[in-house]
Amino acid sequence: MSATTSPVLEVENLAIALPGGGDRLRAVDGVSFTVAPGEIVCVVGESGSGKSVTAFSVMGLLARVLKPVAGAIRLLGEDVLSASPQRLRALRGDRMAMIFQEPMTALNPVLTVGDQIEEVLRIHTEFGAKERRAKVLAMLEAMHLPDPERMHASYPHQLSGGQRQRVMIAAALILDPALLIADEPTTALDVTTQAQILKLIREMQARRGTGVLFITHDFGVVAEIADRVVVMQRGRIVEQGPAAQVLGNPQHSYTKMLIAAVPTMTPATRPAPKGALALETAGLGKSYRSGGLFARTRTVQAAADVALRIRRGETVGIVGESGSGKSTVARCIARLIAPSEGQIMVGDQDIARLPERRLRPLRRTIQVVFQDPFRSLNPRRTVGASIVEGPVNFGTSPAAATARARELMSLVGLDPAALARYPHQFSGGQRQRIALARALAMEPEILIADEAVSALDVSVQRQVLALLDDVQRRFDLAILFITHDLRVAAQICDRLIVMQRGRIVEEGPTAEVFARPKAAYTRALIEAAPGREFGRGVEPTAEAVPA
Amino acid sequence: MLGYVLRRLLAAIPVLAIVAVLVFLMLRLTPGDPAAVIAGDNASSEQIAQVRHQLGLDQPLPAQFAIWIGNLARGDLGESFFFKKSIGELILGRIEPTLSLAAATMLIAICVAIPLGVVAAYRHGSWLDRIVMGVSVLGFSVPVFVIGYLMIYVFSITLGWFPVQGYQPLSGGFGGYLHRLVLPSLTLSVVYIALIARMTRASVLEVLTEDYIRTARAKGQVERKILFRHALKNAAVPIVTIVGIGIALLIGGVVVTESVFAIPGLGRLTVDAVLARDYPTIQALILLFSGVYVLINLLIDLTYGLFDPRIRQ
Amino acid sequence: MSAEPTVLAPALPSPPAISLAWRLLRNPVAVASAGVLLVMTLIGLFAPFLGTIDPTAINPAIRNRPPGFERTIRAEDGSATAFRYRMGTDSLGRDVYSRVLYGARVSLAIAVSVAALALAVGLLLGLLAGYIRPLDGPIMRLMDGLMAIPGILLAIAVVSLFRAGLPAVIAAIVVPEIPRVVRLVRSIVLSVREEPYVEAAIMAGTRLPLLMARHILPNTVAPLIVQGTFIAASAILVEAVLSFLGIGIPPEIPSWGNIMAEGRSLFRVYPHTILYPGIFLGLTVLAVNMLGDGLRDTLDPKMAGR
Repeated sequence: MSATTSPVLEVENLAIALPGGGDRLRAVDGVSFTVAPGEIVCVVGESGSGKSVTAFSVMGLLARVLKPVAGAIRLLGEDVLSASPQRLRALRGDRMAMIFQEPMTALNPVLTVGDQIEEVLRIHTEFGAKERRAKVLAMLEAMHLPDPERMHASYPHQLSGGQRQRVMIAAALILDPALLIADEPTTALDVTTQAQILKLIREMQARRGTGVLFITHDFGVVAEIADRVVVMQRGRIVEQGPAAQVLGNPQHSYTKMLIAAVPTMTPATRPAPKGALALETAGLGKSYRSGGLFARTRTVQAAADVALRIRRGETVGIVGESGSGKSTVARCIARLIAPSEGQIMVGDQDIARLPERRLRPLRRTIQVVFQDPFRSLNPRRTVGASIVEGPVNFGTSPAAATARARELMSLVGLDPAALARYPHQFSGGQRQRIALARALAMEPEILIADEAVSALDVSVQRQVLALLDDVQRRFDLAILFITHDLRVAAQICDRLIVMQRGRIVEEGPTAEVFARPKAAYTRALIEAAPGREFGRGVEPTAEAVPA
Repeated sequence: MLGYVLRRLLAAIPVLAIVAVLVFLMLRLTPGDPAAVIAGDNASSEQIAQVRHQLGLDQPLPAQFAIWIGNLARGDLGESFFFKKSIGELILGRIEPTLSLAAATMLIAICVAIPLGVVAAYRHGSWLDRIVMGVSVLGFSVPVFVIGYLMIYVFSITLGWFPVQGYQPLSGGFGGYLHRLVLPSLTLSVVYIALIARMTRASVLEVLTEDYIRTARAKGQVERKILFRHALKNAAVPIVTIVGIGIALLIGGVVVTESVFAIPGLGRLTVDAVLARDYPTIQALILLFSGVYVLINLLIDLTYGLFDPRIRQ
Repeated sequence: MSAEPTVLAPALPSPPAISLAWRLLRNPVAVASAGVLLVMTLIGLFAPFLGTIDPTAINPAIRNRPPGFERTIRAEDGSATAFRYRMGTDSLGRDVYSRVLYGARVSLAIAVSVAALALAVGLLLGLLAGYIRPLDGPIMRLMDGLMAIPGILLAIAVVSLFRAGLPAVIAAIVVPEIPRVVRLVRSIVLSVREEPYVEAAIMAGTRLPLLMARHILPNTVAPLIVQGTFIAASAILVEAVLSFLGIGIPPEIPSWGNIMAEGRSLFRVYPHTILYPGIFLGLTVLAVNMLGDGLRDTLDPKMAGR
């Protein structure tokens, strides 16, 4: 961007105090950057980096406990930190607008979509009802929303996630603000929807010359959309510059580490697994019935006709978007839910229909690592108690089980002395390690990782993936890896299964699926992955290549 | 919406049926012989047998239930032992005061409590909020009759503004009717105000933390409109729900308040029937009150659609 | 390249429960309420040593005396002492002060036993409904039915059918409280059993009874304690109402409710027989409610100040 145009947003030496008791004194400190007209500036960082706090302070929407204590924020040259509440309200929605992470909850459920967009016009303009309506309809049209008339009268719950985010963007841009702040606007969306929304934001800001402050944790998204990049770590900016420069030739060690941690879309070369067959399903399906008297009876086929095979030492990935049925399949195989049809063969035993009583002795064969590290450990029990619970159920003496738990803690990279601690004393990544140790304590043959690294920051994610690889080799595990993230799948899976609407649409060796996708849906998924080219040229990091 | 209405209607039927069974069984499961109790201490065994026959207690349980339900279906609530009158007539004669008291109480409670709750939530943490919360806890903590006597002491005995007790039917003139209704309904509304104000405050507070409130602020909306346009409509469902659930409290309160103020309504009738061990009347009254309670809550469920388009579908 | 720190977060010495107790102690309203309840309990326990006389002793000669009235009473051994009727006498000449102090026993006993019984029965039924599918329907329909009968009416019906006495009154107050406890427990069971850590325990082969005791029941403790305090508060009130309506505890056993009921008819002239027990009762119920609010705010920070 030209340096001569005056910026829409200047943040200068911003510091925001944290209330007492936090791990640091300031949420952000010494933060300075600018956004020029027509420019997209991505602020990127891991959780706790202060990137969202920065965005909210620009809008004047910080929680009351967070107070800016130094610096200035200038919007079109006007300091918003010292602006009166009235002035700030006049600027919001008119000169600066914001879209949020959760399109599901960001719209008021009891007001129509049209009403909520019109609200901006009612606040900031003198337009009459007719004019307002015409403007809103035109905006809905511009957002590529189908049937704007009907959309105008719809309620948020009648819309999909992507449509709701388009409505949010419509409300944000209807008065042509100089600055659009987007706080992780695509994080809650499926990858194909994400691609459409990113395209829409690009299209809109290019046409209107809006400056965009885009908050994200995802380097793929950065590569896709950013003109300039600001990298934040623990409340400070560690590096900023043009996108090509920061991504291609990062200077700061933290930026280098972050970028290296992003899994590439190029599948890793992995030795072909030759272990014995560990698990096989045939015709596996699960359907749910809803409704009843006076309500339409609906049968939802969550998964249908799923056939898969996993060998010892092999990692099979199931990828798909939300609603694809990938988690349903995992939960059926783990027998946390009962499948409606089909077989699940573990060895020569079909476990699909076994009652809990007969299932229990077989439970140790299959173990699960769940997605949410904050809910997968009982907060009231020590980590040690959680790990030894299973072995003790199967007759191991508590002393022996504890000794084994100590070994496993070392194995997953944690201090064995930490067995006496409670889950809240650990970080998310550490909890996932503990969950893995708990699963391993059962000496399983099959490990199901259900979005096990999806909630983790990218640097932590990489370490947990490396750990998974390591324990797989050690224990000759068959791993069923459920994920929505193609990058992760590319790095860890030997074979891939792609699911859409409850059915398998494609399967094959990972490299094959990426190089020559057969199903249209697979192609769409790969093409939609943000920053697809990003990381391709970069040498895969040592950790990503199995030894 | 029609499907929703039908489903709600159908869901109310088993509840009423269970209430009927419970009320029926309660009388039959009483330890000892109700007939002996009813007939009195000095009754001869023939007299007891006669009472038993009169009550139908000499028949098998299912048959008794069938007869009772059959009579109910024809609108025959039975005969009162104590008042020697058809229970239906008895109830009809007592409805007006109770209905007046309940309606006046509701009106006062809703008009006072909802604004109080909204303001308390809006000024969350202020002295006003603290006072509203404190007074509402106090309202929960004092028995209705104590409040009633306090009111009588202050407004009737000391200030002489209102009559101490009694009821004047609407047919006797609106002024007198209203004049005698003020103290009882004020008394009864205290606990109801406490309940609704607390719930309103909690719901509005909850809604104010929602993401769409933040969205409205990001649009530059003023706080007053955020409260009334965005928050209140979303908080409406829990508020009307608690108004409905509070009807149970109201019915209990009516029984007590009518006794304190000597109002000849259904509540007073209930107490008289209980003291006289007039089982058929007790049975009919409990069934009546429960039916009204269930029906009001049904109606309230049906209003959800007005507030929330997700239910309308 | 920085690795994820294997150094642990600063050690917290205690499981969550202990820090909760500390937080509760920092809530001045809760501490004051607990203080009031402690005093009331002590009053009840030590009623005989607090300058009281027999609370049931009738003396027609000194009916309806105002507070502060003094009279010489003669003990069994013949010694005479001047006795001051601090809160006056009731219409049978009984000492209101002694009755109120002894009444604390009954009212508090009712509060505690009603709360304990309602929680126990409700917990059991709630667990059954939440975990055993075929029982869910019948139990919950029964609860719906019970909830459809307004609480006081249900209590009135129960006492009017059984012979008056302490057990009947307690039963009458317990029954209407049960459905709410059942619903609470069931909803907790239904939501907690979906938690990944419960599923992990299932995967670990933990049997149902152990699963319940270890992973599900502990989640009900805090909400049940809170619910229990509110039930206790309501029990004291309902007992008072039942006594007021003349179907409560027989007057031989003084409770705050029946002392007030006794003073009803002459209220206009002698308000003290309602005033004093009313103050004790109001103060106690207020303290229980405030303690419940404090407990709820502490145990469930999400609900703080609601």
